[in-house]
Amino acid sequence: MEDVIDTVKVKVRESFVVEHNGFDVTTVREDFPILQQKVHGHNLVYLDNAASSQKPRSVIDAIASYYKGYNANIHRGVHYLSELATQRYEDVRLQIKNFLNAETYREIIFTKGTTEAINLVASSFGRKFVKAGDEIIISTMEHHSNIVPWQMLCEATSAKLRVIPINDDAEILLDEYKKLINPRTRLVSVAHISNSLGTINPVNVMIEFAHQHNVPVMLDGAQAVPHQAVDVRQLDCDFYAFSGHKVFGPTGIGVLYGKERYLQAMPPYQGGGDMIESVTFEKTTYNQLPNKFEAGTPNIAGVIGLGKALEYVSKLGYDAIHHHEAELLNYATESLESIEKVRIIGTAKQKASVISFVVEGIHPHDIGTVLDREGIAIRTGHHCAQPVMQRFNVPATSRASFAFYNTTDEVDKLVAALHRAIDLLS
Amino acid sequence: MDELRELYQEVILDHNKNPKNFRELEKATHSSEGYNPLCGDRVHVFLKVEDGRIADVGFTGSGCAISKASASVMTTEIKGKTVDESKELFKRFQKVITGDSAADASKLGKLAVFAGVREFPVRVKCAALAWHTLLAALEKKDDPISTE
Repeated sequence: MEDVIDTVKVKVRESFVVEHNGFDVTTVREDFPILQQKVHGHNLVYLDNAASSQKPRSVIDAIASYYKGYNANIHRGVHYLSELATQRYEDVRLQIKNFLNAETYREIIFTKGTTEAINLVASSFGRKFVKAGDEIIISTMEHHSNIVPWQMLCEATSAKLRVIPINDDAEILLDEYKKLINPRTRLVSVAHISNSLGTINPVNVMIEFAHQHNVPVMLDGAQAVPHQAVDVRQLDCDFYAFSGHKVFGPTGIGVLYGKERYLQAMPPYQGGGDMIESVTFEKTTYNQLPNKFEAGTPNIAGVIGLGKALEYVSKLGYDAIHHHEAELLNYATESLESIEKVRIIGTAKQKASVISFVVEGIHPHDIGTVLDREGIAIRTGHHCAQPVMQRFNVPATSRASFAFYNTTDEVDKLVAALHRAIDLLS
Repeated sequence: MDELRELYQEVILDHNKNPKNFRELEKATHSSEGYNPLCGDRVHVFLKVEDGRIADVGFTGSGCAISKASASVMTTEIKGKTVDESKELFKRFQKVITGDSAADASKLGKLAVFAGVREFPVRVKCAALAWHTLLAALEKKDDPISTE
């Protein structure tokens, strides 16, 4: 028992040190093997974190040790390896329950990613609760993954998709949102943070208003979880989705949180093994939550890797992450604005460290190619948000998105490379 | 930087800024729209074909410097050529931009400026977009074509 207490004390002391000694980006970078390489002869400057983030060694090692040491199927073996794999898998579910401050592990469903989580809700919630003439509300700044599943649902049910407009700074127009909610509204689904613009949406206000009208709210948290703590009970959202690979975990794994009363009422999304209680040709009964929504052998290695990723982020602490990223965002915004031909798209007051911009007279794709030759990775194109491009009347943008391992020195490299790109391409 | 200068030659940048035949043809006999979903490049090619010969050609659209310049140079090169000659030219062009070792850039005329694209595999689609659209127009495919 004393040993346990000692360990707890040590852990408390460690987290105390991290919080108060500030954040050492050089040490943090050493945890990411991929950041140590050169690209086209230059040190890699990875500024495409909103597309996918890099993985710390602990995540990579955890995946390898699962395959090396205890690879087996879960929930169905009495043998040692299966028991161990099942335990680690379910431990991560509990970890995520705490990470999101959900009420019970039954509210945590593993999916392939945010896209599958939204499709699950559109399909299952849709079948149960959405009928002809009903309405679903999304916003102008959604990623295609929070548009198309709802369009498909609307097509199948003859429901109607309503879209909240945004202002020129890329902020949701709350008055317009409130006007859209009516007795036919069945669900609101919006991005917590926009992937293409960086806007942090006023989701607390939006959820409160929707709930006053008994409308549940789903949040696409793919871009939020890498940057800020998410407390689903404080938010009081009804569904929340995020992807492992955007929060320094593996690809092919994600999480859907849903309030238990909705998940209980919703029919299964897919049929198969693990989601059943008993099967006969006459009648099949379904398994309890969360297994009801996890048909087939899941991405076990992905879940284990995700657990390590969230552990890594938690150890760094969202306060430290926020502090560092806010500094990067301010510095990068000022630096980019100082370039005459650059115009930032998305100037919301509340922003995450994502900057979309256009350069007068130069197509983003050409910018991307020049930057790549200097080892700088940014995203160019429509960022799976074509309606956003239409709203701002641009065919595409360049996007630099920062994670806690980026530095102001990398911002300087971006700016210098942009100057060279403008010289070369003008 | 050398590879970049090879890619973004003055000729390409000039065509990007001041594209030739950048217009819709009112009396087109053939037309087609091409789209590159990766970067959102769009090009619309219009043709006036008379007796198997491309009597006039125009294009509209938006895109990166490579795709726009490629469309512009293409129009200058195929105008007056027969349909078969144009198709043959595309085959040679495609070989050069994809880095086919048997390709001979010297036979390409003005199109040789795009040889630098071979060092940038993700940009091959940009250079080829207008040409794929041209073929679709010649084959009278009405659906928009995509590079994906």
